[in-house]
Amino acid sequence: MPVIDVTKDEAALTFTVTAEFAADPARVWELYADPRQIERWWGPPGWPATFLEHELAPGGKSHYFMQGEDGTRYYGVWRTLEVDPGVSFSIEDAFADESGTPNEEKGWTSMTATLEPATLDGGVAGTVTVFVNRFNSADQLAEMLEMGMDEGMRQAMGQIDTILAEEAAERG
Amino acid sequence: MCAVTYNQMVVSSVPPDDVDRLFQALADATRRDILGRAIETDLSVSALARHYAISLTAVQKHVAVLERAGLVRRERVGREMRVHAVRGRIQAVREQLDAYEQLWRHRVAAMDDLLTSPPTLSERKAD
Repeated sequence: MPVIDVTKDEAALTFTVTAEFAADPARVWELYADPRQIERWWGPPGWPATFLEHELAPGGKSHYFMQGEDGTRYYGVWRTLEVDPGVSFSIEDAFADESGTPNEEKGWTSMTATLEPATLDGGVAGTVTVFVNRFNSADQLAEMLEMGMDEGMRQAMGQIDTILAEEAAERG
Repeated sequence: MCAVTYNQMVVSSVPPDDVDRLFQALADATRRDILGRAIETDLSVSALARHYAISLTAVQKHVAVLERAGLVRRERVGREMRVHAVRGRIQAVREQLDAYEQLWRHRVAAMDDLLTSPPTLSERKAD
């Protein structure tokens, strides 16, 4: 499996995804730097992305939209902060409009990606990429993560699981 | 990118206005605690209030926020107003939490496909 770890840190307000790919860092870097490749993985299922602009360089800007089956479009922008080609990059991401003006009300989230060469089984050259997503404290996801880590809520969730399993068994 | 909107795109089971209301309701530690207690057993508002160093009125307000979010229902039983949790809604919250993880799993799977699949016809033409 390419995803090897997902970590939610409620104190640091980060959501970290670690993935392993069977390709060297130079090849994996193209997935991030090439607009024709990033648009093939960035959008959620059913919402393919189209990058109108994409410049993965310090101070660079990206402008994209994700389009649903009914034609609805969500526009977004990136501003690129730091880039070490083939090694790491940091960007900020926000919702935007058609013209690329960011929606400041919804705020920016930041993401840092790092790439490290790895040797996979059978001596295959691979890459371990770590994506660290950081949410500002006003972001609703921050609240979601805080909630997710809350002991009371975790217990509540566990109880719901038990209750639903019992109900399913009774109906069974 | 605001994850909640992503979640609205990914998880269609909860209407967008509802999502805001749900997370606003749950953004407060006292309300999460009230919900946790209401899941265990139906409780009267006054019984709930004994657990907190805030006024009965303040507890009633928290319960009202949870109720507007659809997370609890209030029912009059005799002279008491009882609070009970709505399980389906709590499940919906967890779906939202899981959706962001699903988004990233989807992204990584799509990246893996790109790295392992042969180039498409249009890419070969571009070469």
